Amino acid sequence: MTAAARTAWYTGTVVEARPETSSARRIVIDVPDWPGNDAGQHLDVRLTAPDGYQAQRSYSIASAGAGTRVELAVDELPDGEVSPFLVEDLAVGDKLELHGPLGGYFVWMPQAVTQDARPVQLIAGGSGVVPFLAMVRAHADAADPTPFRLLYAVRQPDDVFYRQELAKLAADGLQIDYVYSRTAPHDWPVPAGRITKEALAGFAIPASDKPRVYICGSTGFVELIAGWLIELGHDAGDIRTERFGGK
Amino acid sequence: MTHIDGNALAGQLSDLFAFDLTTAIGRCVNCGTAGMIGAAMVYVASPGTVARCPHCGAVLATIVETDDTIWLSLAGVTAIEVAKKA
Repeated sequence: MTAAARTAWYTGTVVEARPETSSARRIVIDVPDWPGNDAGQHLDVRLTAPDGYQAQRSYSIASAGAGTRVELAVDELPDGEVSPFLVEDLAVGDKLELHGPLGGYFVWMPQAVTQDARPVQLIAGGSGVVPFLAMVRAHADAADPTPFRLLYAVRQPDDVFYRQELAKLAADGLQIDYVYSRTAPHDWPVPAGRITKEALAGFAIPASDKPRVYICGSTGFVELIAGWLIELGHDAGDIRTERFGGK
Repeated sequence: MTHIDGNALAGQLSDLFAFDLTTAIGRCVNCGTAGMIGAAMVYVASPGTVARCPHCGAVLATIVETDDTIWLSLAGVTAIEVAKKA
């Protein structure tokens, strides 16, 4: 299970599909030949219509490690070509064509592999949290000593992906900060609204601690956050981004 | 037009290269900056994909794909540094 694991087309069988939020679905696929994947890698899903028309999209993998069960959490884009099928129509027992594991750029590897003790700041916008699930799971599974902190910007509490699992990880010591853009819980210290540079400065590991920063979200979100981090003194070379398009 | 990251090219490039080109380091012909291809700015528009240097915006690479052919240009990259497999 390294970035050098063999990338190929695999056929998997859906073994679990359940609502993640009102617009997203968690999908677990059993892929007998899957070579394992690093935390943060993605895969391409290819759908083929009865008339032969094919559509392909990339999705971050929420799972990591040597297993042959691959987990995705897919948010439905109303005008999407692939996500509406995955969220609305895909059923347990269906076969899926998957190309992966892909990409060694937006990955996190345990300190035992990298010998890198610098802290890690993860910053998610909406469904951009998915690759970070793989990272925080890998971090917990390896009992890795690297300081981790997750900043999760989301519209409202009901839109939080992996809510229970994140709550458990937080109870076990992972530092998670939520910023809500539309509706915040009743007693939340930060009022709901678009994330601000001040909130980012308050919740992110400071530049003086030299964190490695990963940002995943819509292109607009990533641009905004990355720009502010550089203004706050972070080195552009320490920031890795995964934009998934949109505004 | 909005862009994504070079990291998103991993699938297409894996059909062409035996290594993960997105973690290779490419040097921009225009400004000389070297960086991981995964950090490039990628613009996806039919019929092709354009990767631009995140520092100067010059075109690093273009990929055009049809049903039976892939055209790849790396005209904006002078050299590619690839880590040998351990």
